[in-house]
Amino acid sequence: MSELLLPPEHRYAEIIKKRQNEDGSELSILNLGPTHPATHGIFQNILLMDGERILEAEPTIGYIHRAFEKIAENRPFYQITPLTDRMNYCSSPINNMAWWMTLEKLLDIEVPKRAQYLRVIVMELARITDHLICNSILGVDTGAYTGFLYVFQFREKVYEIYEEICGARLTTNMGRIGGFERDWSPEAFRKLDVFLEEFPVAWKEFENLFERNRIFIDRTVNVGPISAEKAMAYGFTGPNLRAAGVDYDVRVAQPYSSYEDFDFIVPVGKSGDTYDRFCVRNAEVWESISIIKQALAKMPAGNDFHADVPAYYLPPKEDVYHDMESLIYHFKIVMGEVPVPVSEVYHAVEGGNGELGFYLVTDGSRTPYRLHFRRPCFIYYQAYPEMIKGALLSDAIVILSSLNVIAGELDA
Amino acid sequence: MALDTTQIQDKLVATFGESVFNFTQEKSIFSLEVASDKITAVLLFLKNDETLRFNFLTDLCGIHYPENDESHQFTVVYHLHNWIDNVRIKIKSYISGTNPEIKTVSNIFLCANWMERETYDFYGINFIGHPQLKRILNMDEMISFPMRKEFPMEDGGRTDKDDRFFGRTIDNC
Repeated sequence: MSELLLPPEHRYAEIIKKRQNEDGSELSILNLGPTHPATHGIFQNILLMDGERILEAEPTIGYIHRAFEKIAENRPFYQITPLTDRMNYCSSPINNMAWWMTLEKLLDIEVPKRAQYLRVIVMELARITDHLICNSILGVDTGAYTGFLYVFQFREKVYEIYEEICGARLTTNMGRIGGFERDWSPEAFRKLDVFLEEFPVAWKEFENLFERNRIFIDRTVNVGPISAEKAMAYGFTGPNLRAAGVDYDVRVAQPYSSYEDFDFIVPVGKSGDTYDRFCVRNAEVWESISIIKQALAKMPAGNDFHADVPAYYLPPKEDVYHDMESLIYHFKIVMGEVPVPVSEVYHAVEGGNGELGFYLVTDGSRTPYRLHFRRPCFIYYQAYPEMIKGALLSDAIVILSSLNVIAGELDA
Repeated sequence: MALDTTQIQDKLVATFGESVFNFTQEKSIFSLEVASDKITAVLLFLKNDETLRFNFLTDLCGIHYPENDESHQFTVVYHLHNWIDNVRIKIKSYISGTNPEIKTVSNIFLCANWMERETYDFYGINFIGHPQLKRILNMDEMISFPMRKEFPMEDGGRTDKDDRFFGRTIDNC
């Protein structure tokens, strides 16, 4: 190879010069470049290849780093929710609810049961949409567009449900300290019922298309396996870990928001390969549908949708115009004169990709002193170079999409 | 057999004595401080001991306290989780402000690799023994460590937004 498109002092250039294959061929470098239609997000991998086989990979991330942790140090608590939306943007309600729960843990606020059940419903809807994207895009990467186009219309239906609840489709900025900003309209519940009727049929068809499909099985079984010990060492959580056989789920280990009231199983795979990850996510969608149905059936009566904490929860705007206390609370909350303890709190929820944690350090002022996001994608993407060692290039693409790496959560 | 916090504290104090101190239970997580030169020994002990069994490193991050005295200006915070007994623990280790360095734990927990790179990228904390300590989220050519408190979030050249109307002052953000 006459010119390498890497700086000559790069490690791979050295390796290529030194190694001579018996048949006279050389190793090569492939830049699975930052913008690539098959990598879902912007991350670069420089691959050292022997023909079609990958020998080593060097990942570069940070293309969508937006300094959320720095911004969060300069914003009051209710202005941090839009940042959390944009981390795992495929399932933003989960991030939002996790942030509110962190604050409620900090401030020792008890959320009413009905609001907790509503949160469970919206978080499970978000989980369904996240797994829907991951599995259908995995299908696309193996060449099957139909599944993706077919189930994506259900993602549109979920967007409409989010719009009924909070006004936004993708980056939802949903909720308040103690609950929701408004009660769910009857239209939201009606759309939810229609979704719960139509979606299971479509998901069953989607599963039938892939699960025993010879081509799909050949493309995904034994591709990118990871053992349970390796996965735990690399900090895997969520469906990727459960596919390797470890049944750690934050909803079961440390239940939050009344998850202990619901009956669901945690699907577990065996070998941690791509096919297991696909099947675990499929099974989790079924469990999420079941949890939503249980929550709707057991929903407490009444229309409580937030905790009674006037010091932290904005009063209705109509009251602010003629009620003195509402005016005072509104002013204090917006300007940040709310009582905040000096404390540290860590709260974790089961996000679409694993344990999403928020480590919040406060110093009594209206902005956090330090807010760190424990982002599951960032942590398990470290294992990617090891998982693709020795695999073919097309396997590397399939492994990447089965890991469900969302760039927003990777870089934050 | 539940593992409770007195057992954890007794075992740690018995093995490490003065290097582990300041045990508190705050907001349902048990936390302690560890002297920075003993951090690898403490984490290895927490991972390998048959009663403690903290097999999972949940999180590793840094915090900057410029108001503290010089030897306590940076801290590295480790969140560990024992999956078998379902116990979480938080360990803080304070290090010097002018020359922040601490030994790496990426040989104990593989996932600490990128977490330490991120902490280096944001704070400039040197993790001794790290296999590839270079920036991960920011550009390689960057010379400042942006999460340190002395670096402002914005460059102050905005003319379209007056911070007074947002309740922002020098003191509160």
